[in-house]
This record gives sequence, C-alpha cells and structure tokens, in this order.
Amino acid sequence: MRGKMRSFENYRDLIAVLTQKEMKVRYKSSVFGYCWSVAHPLAFAFVYFIAFKIVMRIQMEDYTLFLIAGLFPWQWFSSSVSAAPTIFLANASIIKRVNFPRNIIPLTTVLQDMIHFILSMPVIVVFLFVYHQSPSLSWLYGIPVLLAIQLIMTYGVALLVSSINLFFRDFERLTSIFITLLFYCTPIIYPETMVPERFRSLIYCNPLSLLMVGWRNLFLHGALDPKTLAVSFAYAVAFYAVGYFVYSKLAWKFAEVL
Amino acid sequence: MEVRRGLVSEPAIIFDSVSKSYPLYHHITGGIKNFLFHFPRAVSQLKNHRYEALQGISFQVNRGETFGIIGKNGAGKSTALGLIAGVLKPSAGMIEVKGRVSPLLELGAGFNSELTGRENIVLNGVLMGLTRADVLRKMEEIIEFAGLDDFINQPLRTYSSGMIMRLGFSVVASLDPEILLIDEVIAVGDLDFQKKCMDKLESFKRNKVTIVFVSHGLQSVINICDRVVWIENHQVRMIGSAEEVVKSYAEERL
Repeated sequence: MRGKMRSFENYRDLIAVLTQKEMKVRYKSSVFGYCWSVAHPLAFAFVYFIAFKIVMRIQMEDYTLFLIAGLFPWQWFSSSVSAAPTIFLANASIIKRVNFPRNIIPLTTVLQDMIHFILSMPVIVVFLFVYHQSPSLSWLYGIPVLLAIQLIMTYGVALLVSSINLFFRDFERLTSIFITLLFYCTPIIYPETMVPERFRSLIYCNPLSLLMVGWRNLFLHGALDPKTLAVSFAYAVAFYAVGYFVYSKLAWKFAEVL
Repeated sequence: MEVRRGLVSEPAIIFDSVSKSYPLYHHITGGIKNFLFHFPRAVSQLKNHRYEALQGISFQVNRGETFGIIGKNGAGKSTALGLIAGVLKPSAGMIEVKGRVSPLLELGAGFNSELTGRENIVLNGVLMGLTRADVLRKMEEIIEFAGLDDFINQPLRTYSSGMIMRLGFSVVASLDPEILLIDEVIAVGDLDFQKKCMDKLESFKRNKVTIVFVSHGLQSVINICDRVVWIENHQVRMIGSAEEVVKSYAEERL
C-alpha cells in the first residue's frame, strides 16, 4: 500500500534516472557504451561471415547484410537477458533501504539495451547503402511496433529470470546456456527457408523466431507481416504475464534474500 | 472532542503484534542443483526451520516524536527498521506507516559506488519519491550541508566511510522526509559533523518530523529520543521515556 503513493512524475524520473545509472555503471560512459553495443554484433557478424560465407560457402547474396539485420535486434534481447540474473543483486543496496517498485530495475536494463539498439540502427542503414539498398518508408511505423513487441517480451523474460535468480543463484549459468541454444534455434544466421520442411514448424515454437525474422524483413525489404506481428505480440504478452506473475509472488522477499 | 483532537497526536507508525520470521534461505540460494538433490530435506527445512527475528512486537510512534530502539546485536532492531521502511513484510500482525519514509540510513550500504556524489543525490531523491526537478532544486543545499567540496563530482568509490555517511545524512535530511529512519550512523562522522547532525535533528523535531533512531550509543539516545523501546530476544522488553528505559537497560548490562 505504501508503495503506491508515488506520482506519475516520480515514476517517470525514477525510470529515467535508473536507466542513466544503468548505462553509466555498465559501460562507465554512454559514449563507450554505444561503441560496445555496435562492436559486439558487428564482431559476431564478422565471425559468422567467415564461418558460413567463406568457409562453408552458404549460397546467399548479401549475407553480411542479412546477418547484421538479425544480429542487432538479437543483441538487444541477449544482452538484457544475460544481464538480468544479476541486476537485483547489483542493486541490493537500494532494494534493502527503500521501498520502491522493484520491477523498474529490470525495466531500465531492457530500456537501456533498447536505446543502444535504436542508436545502432544507422549502422544498419550504412550497410544497406553499401549493398545498394535503402531504408523504406514502412520503417516509420514498423520499427515502433516491433520495438514495442520486443520490449514487452524482453522485459517479461528479464523479470522472470532476475526474480528467480535471487532464490536460485546458479540460474545465471542456465540462462547463459539457454541463450546460446536459443540463438542457434532462431533463424538469425540462416534464413528460415533453409530449415528442412519437417522441422520448420518447430522453429516457430521459438518465440523469438518470428520476431527476428520480422526485424530482418523490415530492415531488408521494408516488409511487415501482420501474422508475424500477431504471433510475436501474443508470445510477448504471455512472457510478460508469466514474468510479472513470478515477480509479484517473490518481490516482497527480495530484501530478505539479498 | 475538538480540543482533544488537537491535543492527542495521531500515530505515524503503528506496530500491532508484528512478527517476522525468515526461512533459512541458504538451502535454495546454494543453487538449483543443491535444492533438487536434497529436495525433501530442503523443503522441510524451508518450512520448519525459520529464524524468528521479531515475535509479537507492538508499539506506536506518534507524529513528530523521536523514538529510539535499543537492544543487543541480533535482537531484531534492524528488522524493525526494515519493516517500517517497507522493504520487509511482516509474517504476522499489522503495520501502518503514514508519511513519506526516508531511505534507511545505515552504514556502508545505500549508494552506488560508480556514480558521483551528485548522481547519488538524484538517485536517492527519486527513490524516495521526489521528482528529479525537486531534487535538483535542493542540490546546492545538500552539497553545502555535506561539505564534501570537490569530492561531490567524484565517484563514490573514492570516498571514505565518513564522507559517505555525511552524504547519506545530508541527502536524507534535505529531502523533506516525513519519517526518518536512522540506523547507527551519526557516530561515524567527525565532531563538527556530529554537531551539525544533532542541530538538524533538533530542527526536524521542531518541524514535527517523526524520527526512528537505532543506536548503541546510550547517551545519544537519551539526548535525542522522547521515548524508547527496548527489544530483547525478539520481543518488547520495555517501552517508556528515554531516560527510564535506557537506565534499566544499562543497569541490566552491569
């Protein structure tokens, strides 16, 4: 009851201040943070380019562009979810002293990675031009919609993972293994059409598949498929619901276990 | 009735037979593997082995009163503060707190060591429920009170523990708390700053700020507090005027 006395302005500032803090603490400064958030997926793109294009000779045109269009949004998800297990631990000192809505902490982590993703979009545009393509007008509404869906989904997962890890401290290890597995099960370094017919439906059981394919189609072709949006949105809401449920069951014990 | 209402001060904090017990969490924080391999034992220990930090505590703190909590280490004083701050939930009983509670002032914890003094001030302010604009308006006053000079723009990891305490007290004191929770911090500062803190506490008392003060410094408890509760073995041993309670507490120690 006491936590509900906060005003809207306070919530807004709380999120803004904690997001800034998160950026500063994680990357020491926002300029370098930006460099890291671009360097990371670019380095991966380079590695996969060598492995799959040069060594394994995948038959695809503009494979680099293809990789980048998928790796950048993936980086947002994976960076938030890998950070999630430790974020409550890292904020133990404020959790133990003040009563404030704790779910703001995972939210700011996800928002911070979202901001880095948005800031890295010009890099995607540069690569488009390099490959003689250009951004399309549909980005104007496509990007906000996909951002919203991925924000809800990532926030839900982060809330779930961060809450559970407080009670089972080795959940962190499971999370990092799981993220790696998920990466290879998501059509990011390969197109979904290359997956054998009989496994293809399985790929769509992965909540991130359609979302990542959606981002790529938007970046590369300016295309936005309503079915993709609907399914991804449903997954996002489901994750948010589960994450929030677990969080709300455990939140009042946070100060006890920290 | 009208007159009475004016005279009787309303309670700011009510503890009504409050108990707080923790399960011994190390069985699960030890990891999923541990938990699953020793599942039956882990579950039964979670259920049966609880640490009773407070048992059926009742007291009231009136608005504007300075209320002390004394007792031995591990008696449950800090748990009581955590319950008032709202970071812990009671296992039984009812707690009512009316007013904006300051972040718990305690040694060491509370700030982010990567952020500068200024940034920590803003962080603490918004956590307390103020808007950023409110905090910025008071920024100079806080910095002035803390007297940290150039350190205010340095990351907190470069501060000494005394400096962190100065900053902590200044932030909390300047942000208009309605209820102030202090866990044994003032003694860390140098004499000048201790004096400043005492003056500030006096002005809070005049402004009807409710203060809950946990300390082992019995003399400062007598100096500051109006009433005191003595907690022993997780239960209330005695409640009364500061002098009276501190006197019996000190007698028993001898």
